[in-house]
Amino acid sequence: MTTQLPPGIKLETVDDRIMTLNVGPQHPGSGHMRLIIKVDGDYIVSCDPDPGYVHRGEEKMAEYRNYIQNVPHLERPVIHDSSNILYPYCLAVEELLGIEVPERAKYIRVIAAELNRCIYILYWLAIYGIFLGHSTMFMWPAGDRELFIDLLEAMSGARVTHAYLVPGGVRNDLPANFEERCLRQVDYLEKRLKEYLAVFYKNPILISRTEGTGILSRTDAIRLGTTGSVLRASGVNFDIRKKEPYDVYENLDFETVVMKEGDSYARSYVPYLEMFESCRIIRDAIRKMPKSGSVRTKLKPNPKGGNDEVYKRVESGRGALGYYIVSNNRPEPYRVKISVGSFRNLICMPYLLKGELLGNMPAVYWSLNYWPVEADR
Amino acid sequence: MSTIAPQFRLSRFVASLFDIIFWVILIFSLVGLPIVFIVLFYIKMPVINGQMLTPYLALTWMADPSRTLPIIKTLIHTTFFHVLAFPGFGFAALLAAATIFVERKFLAKIQLRVGPLYCGKVEGILQLMGDGLKLISKEIIIPAKADKPIFWVGPLLFVGTAGAFVSLIPVARGWVVANPAVGLLAVFATIGFFPIISVLTAWAANNKWTFIGGLRALHQMIAFEIPLILSLLSIVIMTGTLNLSQIAESQQHYWWIVFAPISAIVFFICILAELERIPFDLPEAESEIVAGWLTEFSGMMYGLIQLGTYLKLYAFAGLFTVLFLGGWNGPMVWPPFPADIVTQGITIGPITAKIAGLPLFDQDMLNGTLWFVIKTVGVILLILLPRGVFPRIRIDMLLHTGWYKLIGLAFINIFIALGLLYAGILGPGGLIQ
Repeated sequence: MTTQLPPGIKLETVDDRIMTLNVGPQHPGSGHMRLIIKVDGDYIVSCDPDPGYVHRGEEKMAEYRNYIQNVPHLERPVIHDSSNILYPYCLAVEELLGIEVPERAKYIRVIAAELNRCIYILYWLAIYGIFLGHSTMFMWPAGDRELFIDLLEAMSGARVTHAYLVPGGVRNDLPANFEERCLRQVDYLEKRLKEYLAVFYKNPILISRTEGTGILSRTDAIRLGTTGSVLRASGVNFDIRKKEPYDVYENLDFETVVMKEGDSYARSYVPYLEMFESCRIIRDAIRKMPKSGSVRTKLKPNPKGGNDEVYKRVESGRGALGYYIVSNNRPEPYRVKISVGSFRNLICMPYLLKGELLGNMPAVYWSLNYWPVEADR
Repeated sequence: MSTIAPQFRLSRFVASLFDIIFWVILIFSLVGLPIVFIVLFYIKMPVINGQMLTPYLALTWMADPSRTLPIIKTLIHTTFFHVLAFPGFGFAALLAAATIFVERKFLAKIQLRVGPLYCGKVEGILQLMGDGLKLISKEIIIPAKADKPIFWVGPLLFVGTAGAFVSLIPVARGWVVANPAVGLLAVFATIGFFPIISVLTAWAANNKWTFIGGLRALHQMIAFEIPLILSLLSIVIMTGTLNLSQIAESQQHYWWIVFAPISAIVFFICILAELERIPFDLPEAESEIVAGWLTEFSGMMYGLIQLGTYLKLYAFAGLFTVLFLGGWNGPMVWPPFPADIVTQGITIGPITAKIAGLPLFDQDMLNGTLWFVIKTVGVILLILLPRGVFPRIRIDMLLHTGWYKLIGLAFINIFIALGLLYAGILGPGGLIQ
């Protein structure tokens, strides 16, 4: 039976060799998104990422709440990296309202952000492990993550959605004995990370599976606008903590992790090495932190921003995370735009997956450090 | 951990035992005894040895071991018992069930977890029963455009083929369901069915993921069947027989793994690939193709496939034991049967009972079974171990391993075996003294 098509509409011609696969949103290896993958045999011909399944309108919601009320819901896109997604918001609001942050609060913020970065990377690593079929690498980081979650729970009172960073400093001071406990758990994490190296990163099967797959060259990485660990794995020395230091990062001792290969292995290895740098930062921050003092500058009730606009960005677990806030003399922001690293890294997925084997899809996909919920905001 | 295991209370356990005994007695006296009388009243009973076989007499025989044991002994040596219980399905299914539980606890210990904990009070030993009941009670969903007959028959064929494979494995001297002269060829023929079943059910399910998974299973199994067969060729050269019982018999002094270590390694890797276990679980790769060729199976159909998989695991481990680790051969550790029981009887208080039917199994068989089970469990644990340490391999590397590396390695040991044979060190049936 042939139906008369309306004028101007053509049927898509289908090649019999090509099979279209909908990877997601109900696929165990997709996350909250869909990849429309066309395969010829076992080779991927084209990949079309289709995000947007978890769009929650965070930016629009922010226009109806005042600057303090915005704090708890803006961390929802990445609940396991909540300090880092709130960080640029706090920086931007502080500049907008002209608030000075106490010195101790700056250090506490850095500690919270680095602990959260480790939590995020461990979670990401757990999923990377199970995507490659390594179930031990799923369980170990997911278990070790609990220790840092406990630390942040002691700091903020909540396990995952901390809402710890607020404009003007942090919500409350550190608990008693925090420094000692934090240093002990950082030591433990470093010990465990070395075990990960033996069981996962030095595993010959893992190396043969991920090395040389999904190579993103240095020029392509810059041209496609990637950020974070993806950019650094392609040999670009770019870390906002070094290039545009915010709060007290310029006083702290750490290095940027850069790898030249740009393949799936390098992209998964850079976040792992960054956890060591995070541990270094935490140690240094605890050493240099003022031992007492105020941790929060109290804001006026319902503070109003001027007729102004401000853009602030930080280095999150997934790369540059920026907030662009426009205010128009009202207690609520006029416009809040969140620029997230996940969405910027998603763009290079079609380039990387083209011509790869279907079996490389999870390895390349999750090495991009992509978090679907954050990308959809 | 915020949750703690419910505490095992002995008092409650004993109370529940008493409860069960009470209900058994009650139901027996209310239902069982009336049935006995109805039977006595209405049904004409046969006459055996001049005595009429009433239910009372049957119960008397059951209570008298010297009259029951010969019946049991005859039963044990029937083919029915062989197929259903001891060297066959029941024994294998029991070991398979133990394997599933051990795998979960073993993997949990590697991954710093606790594994099954609640079901069955003690370390979750009844978890498997719970899972089985869940699978039985679940709805079986069949895709609308599936090829229904083939889709239905797939799991049954899988279990049947696995059962056929199990029946070829000799457990102890003379204890094997089927003992063809070309046992090894029968093994190859049986495992040749698995890729066909995979690809048939995958095609019948009419789903893209099952289709890809089925094709992967087909590629993988065919790629690894050839090195598997070649690796066993050196054993055949050294023993000069294809009969599995004779191969096991020939290893009374030396195991073949001593002379064919490369074959053993190749065979072990091929086992992992044939069983679709990590690192070769591509046909069921979850993050790539959902569940591969098992995607559309639900409820007990999936349960049957799992049962077949673990039967296959047992059979392969048993085959490895028989071919390389000496099968049932081992030092005699089983204590001899005390002959006094038959000649003088057991004295329990005032009663002295002579039991004529004992022993049910001879010492040789029990010792052989013990050694076979110990070796097989060791091999099974080795097969389970890679799941905790390896990620999944990729399809091109898998085919490269199967068609190129393993075939080459298998040939090396064939030449070693030929060399040993022509140098006069080995002869058919073992070492030349």
